[in-house]
Amino acid sequence: MAIRSFFAPFLFFALCSYSSLTPVLSLYEDQVGLMDWHQQYIGKVKQAVFSTQKTGRRRVIVSTEENVIASLDLRHGEIFWRHLLGSNDVIDGIDIGLGKYVITLSSGGSVLRSWNLPDGQMMWESSLQGPKHSKSLLLVPTNLKIEKDNVIVVFSNGRLHAVSCIDGEVLWNKDFEAESFEALQVIQPPGSDLIYVVGFAASSQFEMYQINARNGELLKHERATFSSGFLREVSLVSSETVVALDSTGSILLTISFQNGEISFQQTPISSLVEDPSGPAVIIPSSVPGIFAIKTNAFTIFIRVIGEGKLEVVEKTNHETTVSNVLPISEGQQAFALVQHAGSEIHLAVKIAHDWDGNLLKESIKMDQQRGLVHKVFINNYIRTDRSHGFRVLIVMEDHSLLLLQQGAIVWSREDGLASVIDVTASELPVERDGVSVAKVEHNLFEWLKGHMLKLKGTLMLASPEDVAAIQSMRLKSSEKSKMTRDHNGFRKLLVVLTRAGKLFALHTGDGRIVWSHFLQSLHKSGTCQSPIGLNLYQWQVPHHHAMDENPSVLVISRCGPSSDAPVVLSFVDTYTGKELNSLSLVHGVVQVIPLPYTDSTEQRLHLLIDSDKHAHLYPTTSEALRIFKREFSNIYWYSVEDHNGIIKGHALKCKCTDEAADEFCFDTRDLWSVVFPSESGKIIATVTRKLNEVVHTQAKVIADQDVMYKYISRNLLFVATVAPKGSGEIGSVTPEESWLVAYLIDTVTGRILHRVTHHGARGPVHAVFSENWIVYHYFNLRAHRYEMSVIEIYDQSRADNKDVWKLVLGKHNLSSPISLFSRPEVITKSQSYFFTHSVKAIAVTSTAKGITSKQLLVGTIGDQVLALDKRFLDPRRSVNPTQAEKEEGIIPLTDSLPIIPQSYVTHALRVEGLRGIITVPAKLESTTLVFAHGVDLFFTQLAPSRTYDSLTEDFSYALLLLTIVALVAAIFVTWRLSERKELQDKWR
Amino acid sequence: MEKGKGVMGSGRRWAVDFSDNSTAPSSRDIPDPPGFTRASADQDDSTVSRQKKDAESNWKAQKAWEVAQAPFKNLLMMGFMMWMAGNTVHLFSIGITFSALWQPISALQGVGKVFEPYKDSKVELLGPKLLFIALNLGGLALGVWKLNTLGLLPTHASDWVSSLPPAQEVEYSGGGIPL
Repeated sequence: MAIRSFFAPFLFFALCSYSSLTPVLSLYEDQVGLMDWHQQYIGKVKQAVFSTQKTGRRRVIVSTEENVIASLDLRHGEIFWRHLLGSNDVIDGIDIGLGKYVITLSSGGSVLRSWNLPDGQMMWESSLQGPKHSKSLLLVPTNLKIEKDNVIVVFSNGRLHAVSCIDGEVLWNKDFEAESFEALQVIQPPGSDLIYVVGFAASSQFEMYQINARNGELLKHERATFSSGFLREVSLVSSETVVALDSTGSILLTISFQNGEISFQQTPISSLVEDPSGPAVIIPSSVPGIFAIKTNAFTIFIRVIGEGKLEVVEKTNHETTVSNVLPISEGQQAFALVQHAGSEIHLAVKIAHDWDGNLLKESIKMDQQRGLVHKVFINNYIRTDRSHGFRVLIVMEDHSLLLLQQGAIVWSREDGLASVIDVTASELPVERDGVSVAKVEHNLFEWLKGHMLKLKGTLMLASPEDVAAIQSMRLKSSEKSKMTRDHNGFRKLLVVLTRAGKLFALHTGDGRIVWSHFLQSLHKSGTCQSPIGLNLYQWQVPHHHAMDENPSVLVISRCGPSSDAPVVLSFVDTYTGKELNSLSLVHGVVQVIPLPYTDSTEQRLHLLIDSDKHAHLYPTTSEALRIFKREFSNIYWYSVEDHNGIIKGHALKCKCTDEAADEFCFDTRDLWSVVFPSESGKIIATVTRKLNEVVHTQAKVIADQDVMYKYISRNLLFVATVAPKGSGEIGSVTPEESWLVAYLIDTVTGRILHRVTHHGARGPVHAVFSENWIVYHYFNLRAHRYEMSVIEIYDQSRADNKDVWKLVLGKHNLSSPISLFSRPEVITKSQSYFFTHSVKAIAVTSTAKGITSKQLLVGTIGDQVLALDKRFLDPRRSVNPTQAEKEEGIIPLTDSLPIIPQSYVTHALRVEGLRGIITVPAKLESTTLVFAHGVDLFFTQLAPSRTYDSLTEDFSYALLLLTIVALVAAIFVTWRLSERKELQDKWR
Repeated sequence: MEKGKGVMGSGRRWAVDFSDNSTAPSSRDIPDPPGFTRASADQDDSTVSRQKKDAESNWKAQKAWEVAQAPFKNLLMMGFMMWMAGNTVHLFSIGITFSALWQPISALQGVGKVFEPYKDSKVELLGPKLLFIALNLGGLALGVWKLNTLGLLPTHASDWVSSLPPAQEVEYSGGGIPL
């Protein structure tokens, strides 16, 4: 740190940082939860199995689309235990075996695991191999035993396995050699030793295998051909009958394979329903005797009445979801139906053979923001009067999970937050007189009481109860969860877009959901079957009009993954969560470029590039157009085509020449292109600086009062390419055939400013770009270790600005605008270090003014966030730094980066499935807000150079006050005493 | 004072009046002692007082030179202290340096006052004053030099550009991998 500053405020700062050359940012145990919060989620539930054992705690086991298996408390929805499987270990099915083991089948049916139900410990794991890839099915029969051993039947990889429930040993297996056989159901009729495997072969052939469950012996193999083919879904209506649809979706086929004889019954849908309106699909279910089909307009429930005769029992145009089947007593099976009707959902529990009678019928008011019911799981309990009570677990369109019981929502979990796509921060409303936003404000007495308690704690007079009270008071401090802006800028809203298409606003103080909004454009609808949210942008951030304008965000959503698909722009007010406006665009969008210009209402100008390379300006106002025209010739854009290895630069040309185009559409022309030949390199990572990053200074003062000028450009792109072989699996390439090339490309001119090759290195590359430096992480094949490299870029053309008098008088050109077309002379410095962990994400702290030193935030493979001081990644480190360099704060060079256990930002917590780390500057310069998201969410405040500009949180104001009062009292008393003494002296 | 008054007010035991009442003999109730003539005291006033004044002005000039040379000792002491303080910035060295700067400045401000007692029409004060100023300036220079060795003077380019914001770029480019 430079001690050469003349100015007193800096001197203090300099002294502070000088005295803390190696700051260790650790936390005391009682500080956990003061600044940070951690929320655990599981993701959208795919499958739920209720624990049937009469254990004290009722539990439900769920598997989710985030690859989590979890055990939830049925009373409160809390997580008992949870396991996150790897992203290439997708869960195919779960079930409960023997009442105490959770059986999971994952990895495309090749890994079968058993977990202990009460505590989630893994009991055994077995690997199931097979001849070919196929659909995987898991069946845990309740009463199929082989030599006192319960059996799990798994069909996976074209092979049927019977696995022991106790130790995971494969008892027998049976291959299904037939090339095109595709199993759809594995059926084990209760009370028999037979297993049926039914499926299709060659799209028009139905096959049935009858297998002895005891030894895997093939008893019977029947096949039947149906000329017009099948749709790939079947519904099981009894243990020896399935219902399928033909390939046109207009004829229902009841296939019965009683006693090994296959027989078809064809029933055209039109004979059941007058107006089927289009092809139908079967809703997969296994309710005995009843199945459901869905056409464009209706959901139709059909009953099978012996010998393949069908009868429609209900036809409804409401959205309907059918649950799993729950055996409630001998021969009786119940299932639940959930139907939407306006703002309510109707829940009906029926017995399988009695459609018209309802065991239960309830209407529950449902928040419109949750969308449709996607999945229903039913469970029963015995009431005190021996009757059956039912509870259902429903999964909504926004991925939330709710438990309904007795006509009410017992608990709900916002599991959409497990799949965050994009995050942006927004300010809270300004505190205004008359607007009572602070409901949590407490009275003076409580304030005093709190401070007295704190004081007792400081003076070590507190009893254990007091300590607990102090701790809970600190954690629940109303100050941090207020709904207004604070002086330090710690309180903000995190606006989060989830994969389900729901927007959430989380309060940074305690992580609660302030509002949530399911965007209309992201609802599944007739016009768009699979809408996806793409990104969030800050649309309007009012500073000048902060009192009367609300900030808003722009959400870009697209119908499907294709780049031509229709796009909807939605504008959402971040204070209220109201959708202000939504625009359906006539053009597609491949790029969204926020421009560094705002109009008079502080709306940011955005340029949307469509697939024909036309640029469209938003907002579509004449003022925006005027601002845009003024900067027209200075706006460029580039596109990275990573699949064919080309980076192209474009400039704006003129108004669109199309007839239909409006005045906000512009043609573009190609300026330059950088081609990476496919035999030498494949683009695996591109990183730019964050648009909103603030850099305090362009000069870097080094030892001996020398100056280096940083090359700070917003238009630099870091590109990493690897040898084509090196992008495959780990272990597939030798060090000789693998290399990694890092490029720094100027995106305006296409000039390559720097290039460096790492021989024997391979991806994946994670990089972060800030100020004038890039840090990237890759694997070194020669050393068999991960490495991190840093590149710092300096501007040599400014280096001769060394005349003090010129600088004093301001006669220099250091602050005049620069054009990138003037050739920059840059020099780079770089260094590489070993790093122990593999990395999931890298981010860098960002502060309001950019003065505070930086820390890298590394999301490690253990799902933790490690704060690594940037000074460890300084290319000027050397083995023996000189005295001046030491004074400057340069750390002696070591070959690997230190991992200090105290510098884990997440301390003892884990952010399961960590995907991204976002930093937001607080108003207080020393502090930055960090938000890490994955399946879990974690938020904390960081002060990379400690809080040099504010008192710490545990500063005792009461003690200060008391000291002042005591001093004043002492002054008063001594004054009186001296008065008296003087008087006595005079009387002597 | 108050004390005295208080005592006077209540009841005096004894008091000495030092006021010279010689100019008003009529008010005196005590006659002059024998052999004392009031006129003789004023007789050769001119010669005696001239002698007295010469001695006094000599003494004053001598004193003035002494006072003028006093900062020199100070200077030596300061130099020693600075040497002791070392060249790193910490509380002690900063304190020493600032006192080394402050002392000469305050002394220079009070140049008139320092030589006030020796002001005389016969005494040439310009010489001592110049010496005093020169020595104090020397002290000031020493302080500034110390400040510089501590690196607290903005004499390097780095001191002037360390908070210079980055230059604005004319062009702007955005984009990236297609959504």
